[in-house]
Amino acid sequence: MKRSHWSIPYAVFLGIFVVLPLLLILLYALQDGQGHFTLQNITRFFSDADALGTFAVSLEIAIENTLLCILLGYPAAWILANRELNRSAVTIVLFILPMWINALMRTLATAELFNIFGIPLGKGTLLFGMVYDYLPFMIYPIYNVLVKMDKSYPEAAQDLGATPWKVFWKVTVPLSLPGVSSGVLMVFMPTVSTFAISEFLTNNKIKLFGTIIQENINASMWNYGAALALFMLIIIGISTLFTRDGKEAEGALI
Amino acid sequence: MAGDHIIDLRHVSKRFGDKAVLEDINLYIRKGEFVTLLGPSGCGKTTTLRLIAGFLAPEEGEILLDGKDISGIPPHKRPFNTVFQRYALFPHLDVYDNIAFGLKLQKVPTDEIDRRVRKVLKMVSMTDYEERDVDSLSGGQQQRVAIARALVNQPRILLLDEPLAALDLKMRKDMQIELKEMHRELGITFIYVTHDQEEALTLSDTIVVMDEGKIQQIGTPTDIYNEPVNSFVADFIGESNILNATMIRDRRVAFIGHEFDCVDEGFGENNPVDVVVRPEDIYFTRDEARAQFRATVRSCVFKGVHYEMYVDTDTGFELMIQNYDAYPVGSEVLLYIDPDDIQVMRKERTCNTFEGEMVDETHVKLLGGSFECLPQPGLTAGDAVTVQVDFDKVDLLDHQEEGVLAGEVHFLLYKGDHYHLTILTEDGDHIWVDTDDIWDKGDLVGVDIAPADLKICKRNEA
Amino acid sequence: MKKVIAQIYLWILMILLYAPLVFIAIFSFTESKVLGSWSGFSTQLYENLFTGRMQESASLISAVENTLLIALVSAAVSMALGTVAAIGIFNLTGRKRRALSFLNNIPMINPDVITGVSLFLLFVFLHFSQGYLSVILSHISFGTPYVVLSVLPKLQQMNPNIYEAALDLGATPGQALRKVLVPLLRPGMISGFILAFTMSLDDFAVTFFTRGTIGLETLSTFIYADARKGGLTPELRPLMTLIFLIILVLLLFINLRQAKMQKANE
Repeated sequence: MKRSHWSIPYAVFLGIFVVLPLLLILLYALQDGQGHFTLQNITRFFSDADALGTFAVSLEIAIENTLLCILLGYPAAWILANRELNRSAVTIVLFILPMWINALMRTLATAELFNIFGIPLGKGTLLFGMVYDYLPFMIYPIYNVLVKMDKSYPEAAQDLGATPWKVFWKVTVPLSLPGVSSGVLMVFMPTVSTFAISEFLTNNKIKLFGTIIQENINASMWNYGAALALFMLIIIGISTLFTRDGKEAEGALI
Repeated sequence: MAGDHIIDLRHVSKRFGDKAVLEDINLYIRKGEFVTLLGPSGCGKTTTLRLIAGFLAPEEGEILLDGKDISGIPPHKRPFNTVFQRYALFPHLDVYDNIAFGLKLQKVPTDEIDRRVRKVLKMVSMTDYEERDVDSLSGGQQQRVAIARALVNQPRILLLDEPLAALDLKMRKDMQIELKEMHRELGITFIYVTHDQEEALTLSDTIVVMDEGKIQQIGTPTDIYNEPVNSFVADFIGESNILNATMIRDRRVAFIGHEFDCVDEGFGENNPVDVVVRPEDIYFTRDEARAQFRATVRSCVFKGVHYEMYVDTDTGFELMIQNYDAYPVGSEVLLYIDPDDIQVMRKERTCNTFEGEMVDETHVKLLGGSFECLPQPGLTAGDAVTVQVDFDKVDLLDHQEEGVLAGEVHFLLYKGDHYHLTILTEDGDHIWVDTDDIWDKGDLVGVDIAPADLKICKRNEA
Repeated sequence: MKKVIAQIYLWILMILLYAPLVFIAIFSFTESKVLGSWSGFSTQLYENLFTGRMQESASLISAVENTLLIALVSAAVSMALGTVAAIGIFNLTGRKRRALSFLNNIPMINPDVITGVSLFLLFVFLHFSQGYLSVILSHISFGTPYVVLSVLPKLQQMNPNIYEAALDLGATPGQALRKVLVPLLRPGMISGFILAFTMSLDDFAVTFFTRGTIGLETLSTFIYADARKGGLTPELRPLMTLIFLIILVLLLFINLRQAKMQKANE
C-alpha cells in the first residue's frame, strides 16, 4: 500500500467534520424553517439595524484591538528577541504563558478586578480586556520571526551606512512583517467573533457579533444564525487574503 | 543469458509523472563485480539503484536476479542491502542496535547476533563503539556503521548510493581504499552510484556512464578514459580538449586548422566528427621538424603535480595543456600530438532537426512556439514539416520573455574556439547551439531563430 | 539607558498581564464568598475543592472531570489520526497535498463560534444526538490539525531514506512503522497531543454549541453559567490558581529543557 494513502482516513474525517459543516452554514442560511430555499435570511440581516450595528461595532473593536496589540506588542517582541536587552529564556515563557490559560477564566478575573476598583464596565474596559486577552498572541509570532531573523541583514545594512534608526525601519520592520500578519490573524479573527468575553467585560452593555449568532442559535433560529455566521465567514475569508496563515506559529511553542 | 550474470536489466523504463527518468536501460552485472553507475545529478543513476533495491518499480522492462524476474518481490525480501547517501542510521538506536536491526528481525539467536556484529565492527575498524549514540559519531564513523549495518546481513549484492559524498576529501580517499579492500575480501557484488568521476575510475571494475536517463557508455575505467564514445563522456571523465574535426580519410583527421595522423578508421571520408585530446597528451618540443603546430602561452598555473596552461594556437583555437614543466606566459611554443592520443568520436548530430507544422505561409510552429519563416510556396497551413537549423544560427537572448521560446542552459562544452550549448526548453525539448558568448549552466535564456535560417521541407506522412 | 527603558517596559506589560491572575491567587487563600474582600487567611477553599464538600464544589469537580475526560480522549484520538494523516500528507505531492494542507488549516483559522455553529448544524442535520460523543468528535476536529502540524516537521527532518533503510534490512512495512517511524516521530506526536489537549481544555464555544441538552458541563461552560448567575463559585479561585501553577511549571520545564538542548547542540 502506498504511504500517501494513509491520508485517506483524515481526508474523509475533514470532509465530514470541516467541509460539510461549512457547507451546512450556507445551506441553512439559504433556507427557511421548512427547508425551502429563500434569500430572506440574507435580506433580513441588511434590514436588521441591531445586527448591522453590532456588526459595525464588532469590526471597530476588532480593528482597534488589533492596532493596540501591534502598538504594545511589537516593542515587547523586539526587546524580547534582542540579545543585548534580554538574555533570559524565562521572560518569553512568562509572556506567552497566558495563551495557555482558559480565556474565560482570565476574562472573569479581569472583570472582577475592574469591579473591585470601581471602574465602570463599558467600551474602555472591553478594549482593555481584549488587549489583555490577545496581546500574547501578537507578541509570540513577531518574537518568533525576529529571533529567527538572520543577524547579517541588519549588519549588512549598517555596513552599507544605515543608522540604527534606519536599520530598524528599512530592514527589521519589513522582514518581520510575516510575524505581524500572523499576529493580526491570531488577534483579529477571534476578536471579531468572540462571545461571552464581551458580555463579561461590559456587563452585557456592548454586544459583539458572536453573541448575536449565539443568541439566534440558542433561540432555535438556526437559519438566521447560519446567515449571520455566513457573513462572518466572508469577513474571515477576506482577512485571510491579507494575512498569511498564522496559527502555525502556535504549534512551534513546544 | 550468460551464467555469471547476477543482475540483468532488460528494457527498463521509469517515469515520474510525465518526466521520463530512465529510457530503455539494458545492463547486466556479473557476480563479484564492482560496478559503478556514474553521471551528473538527474541522470537516472540513483533511480536505477533504487529499482534494483526494490524501492521503485519500473513502468516497463524487467529486472532479473539469477535470471529470474524479481519485480514482485518487495525490498525487504531481496537479498541486497543498501548503504544510503546520508547513511540513514536510526537515530533512536545505538551503534550495536543499528547493526543488529536486520538480524533481530530475522530472529537470529542472540549469541550469533553478537558474534556477527562484532565481526563487522572489526571489519570497519569500529570495535568498542557498540554503545555509542549514532549522533555522537563523526561523518566517517557513521559511514562505517552504515556499511557494517548492511554487510552484517551477508547480502549477495551491496548497493551504495553516493556513500562518500558527505565526507571531506582526505577521508573520502581513505574510505575508497577501504571499500576496494572490502570488496576484494568479501567477494560479493558491489553496485556503486557516484557523480565523482575520479572515484569511479579508482574503484570500479566496470563503469556505466549515464546521462539524461540513458546509458552513454559501459566499459572498464581505461576504456572509458581513453576511448570515450561521445563528447559527453569525454567531457565528464577527466579534463579534455573536445574539438570539431573532419575525418579526411582513414587514419587522417583535421582539426584546429591542421591535419594530424591518427589511428581511427571507418568514419568515412570528409565527414564531420569530434575529437578528444587529453591535456596531458599535448607535448612541447624544440624540434621544428617534429612540431605540428605553434601556439602562444596565455596562462600558466601550478596545480601541485603539474602545470596547467592555456595556449592560443596560431590558427586561433584555445587548448588546455598539462605538463611537468612550466612555459612562461607570452612565449611561443612548438607542439605535437601522438596519433595514439587522438580519440575520434562520431558526432551525434550536425544540426538541429525539429518536427513542425505550418501555421500559415510565413509561420511555422515547432517546439511549442511559432516562428516567422520565409514564404514557403507550395506549403499550406497544417502541413507537417521537418525544420533544420544550424547550431550557429540559433540566437540566445538575455531575457526569457524576449525569445519565441524560453529555456535554460543545460550543458555546455568548450570546443577550442566556441561553446556548444544544450538548451532545455520549458517543454523539455533540446536545442543545440554554437555561440561565442559566455553562458553558465543554469542561465535562463530566450531562444529566437531568424526567418532565413529555418530550412523547411515537407515531411512525408508514411 | 536603553536597557533600563526596555526592562521597565517589559515589567509594566508583565504586571498588567499577571495582575488579574495574581489577584485571583491571593484571594484563593481566604474564605470570603465575594471576590475582593479579605476575611482572613484560610485554606478552606482548597479543602472544599478537593473534598467536594459543598454542593457547588461537587458540580465543579464533575465539570473538571468531564473536561479532563473529553480532553484526554479527544487528544489521544487526534494524536493517532493526525500522525497517520501527517505520514500520508508527507507522501502526497502537488495539488492533493496543497488541498489537504489547506483543509487542515481551516479548523485552526476558523473562529470558535463558526466551528461551534457549523458542527452544531452538522449534528442537527445528521440527527446525531448531542452529548459526550458529539463534543469529543468536535474536539478531535480542531485538535487533529495541531498534531498534523507537529508531526510534519519531524518527517521533514527525518532522513528521507530511513524508512527504506528499515525495509532494506528486512523489516516488513508494519515493522518499519513500529520499530523506526513511530519512535522517531514520538516527540512530534507528544507535542501534538499536548497542543490538542490544551486546546480542548481551553475550549468554550465549540463545547457550548455541541454539548446538547443533557446537562453536560465542562469547566468553561460551568464558569460561563456561574458568571451569568452573577458571582463566581469561590472554589474556582483555588482551581484557577492550581491550573495556572501547573501550566507555569510545565511550560518552564519544557522550554528550559529545549533551550538547554539547543545549547548542547551548538
